Amino acid sequence: MRFSIYRFDPDADANPYMKDYDVELEAGDKMLLDALILIKAQDDSLSLRKSCREGVCGSDAMNINGRNGLACITPLSALKEPIELLPLPGLPVIRDLVVDMEPFFRQYRSIRPYLINNDPPPETERLQSPEERAELDGLYECILCACCTTACPSFWWNPDKFVGPAGLLQAWRFISDSRDQATSERLDDLEDPYRLFRCHSIMNCVDVCPKELNPTEAIGKIKAMMVRRKI
Amino acid sequence: MVKRTVSGAHYGIVGWLVQRVSAAFMAAFILLFLVVLIARSPSSYADWKMLMSQEWMRIGMQLFYFGLFLHAWIGMRDILMDYVHPTGIRLVLQVAVILSLSVYAIWSVRILWGN
Repeated sequence: MRFSIYRFDPDADANPYMKDYDVELEAGDKMLLDALILIKAQDDSLSLRKSCREGVCGSDAMNINGRNGLACITPLSALKEPIELLPLPGLPVIRDLVVDMEPFFRQYRSIRPYLINNDPPPETERLQSPEERAELDGLYECILCACCTTACPSFWWNPDKFVGPAGLLQAWRFISDSRDQATSERLDDLEDPYRLFRCHSIMNCVDVCPKELNPTEAIGKIKAMMVRRKI
Repeated sequence: MVKRTVSGAHYGIVGWLVQRVSAAFMAAFILLFLVVLIARSPSSYADWKMLMSQEWMRIGMQLFYFGLFLHAWIGMRDILMDYVHPTGIRLVLQVAVILSLSVYAIWSVRILWGN
């Protein structure tokens, strides 16, 4: 199989370039990550992140034939050759397919991604009804791989100010949690022309999410709650 | 001075709502206007004058224009916020948009309600 992979070593290269690789796949090689491991064996100077190899850790997010996705759960059979691999767009490249995730995590941290509850902690746990727990479905599954946020043009233009789809999905995850008591503060924090309203419902996030989550819907629910609060 | 990224302006939902409400109103008015045009099929200046001399038509058309200008302001502001990052240039461009839309608004009033 033929691959064209983005290479850049800031210590050695003046500019990034695309390098071609040919690999012979074996019977067990089904996913893109399998092929990348073979390429890495061929050329150990290639840098990439990987860990769980089953779509749970979110380490091997990259741009695959123009579309963000996780290498470990992208079947090779679905890809057109030469398979073009680039680092996630919109984040600084550290080396080859490895990007600096800090702008992404800075926005994630800014929404205070933890339960805020001022009641004294109960003996055992803070209970939720099955319905209240069901509110979190489609939200808690996010693995923070950054596929969605780095596919979002609004994040490309304003990564320092726009929270991005992953951060806003998590913001809604905590707003909609029955155990969280900071709804007003969270809405106050998000009611900002940059933090929330750079979202123009382009829906690239929904298109690329490897966990099939829907950040646009979550953002719509945040806006609906703000409208309810305002009028 | 420390170069900070500042956000937290605490507005946005009203603009977002105005954009949607104005879009819905304009869509409804365009449909209504098309129905009227097909029904009346004005062909001469006198027909048009007659059509536009009706109070409800003028009010509807004026609301359409105000909706259009508000909608355009929010849309232009969004485009400038997306792409124009130096604050000074963005401010100048935003003021230019507000001024030109204001002129258009006054112009639309004069056209619709003038003699």
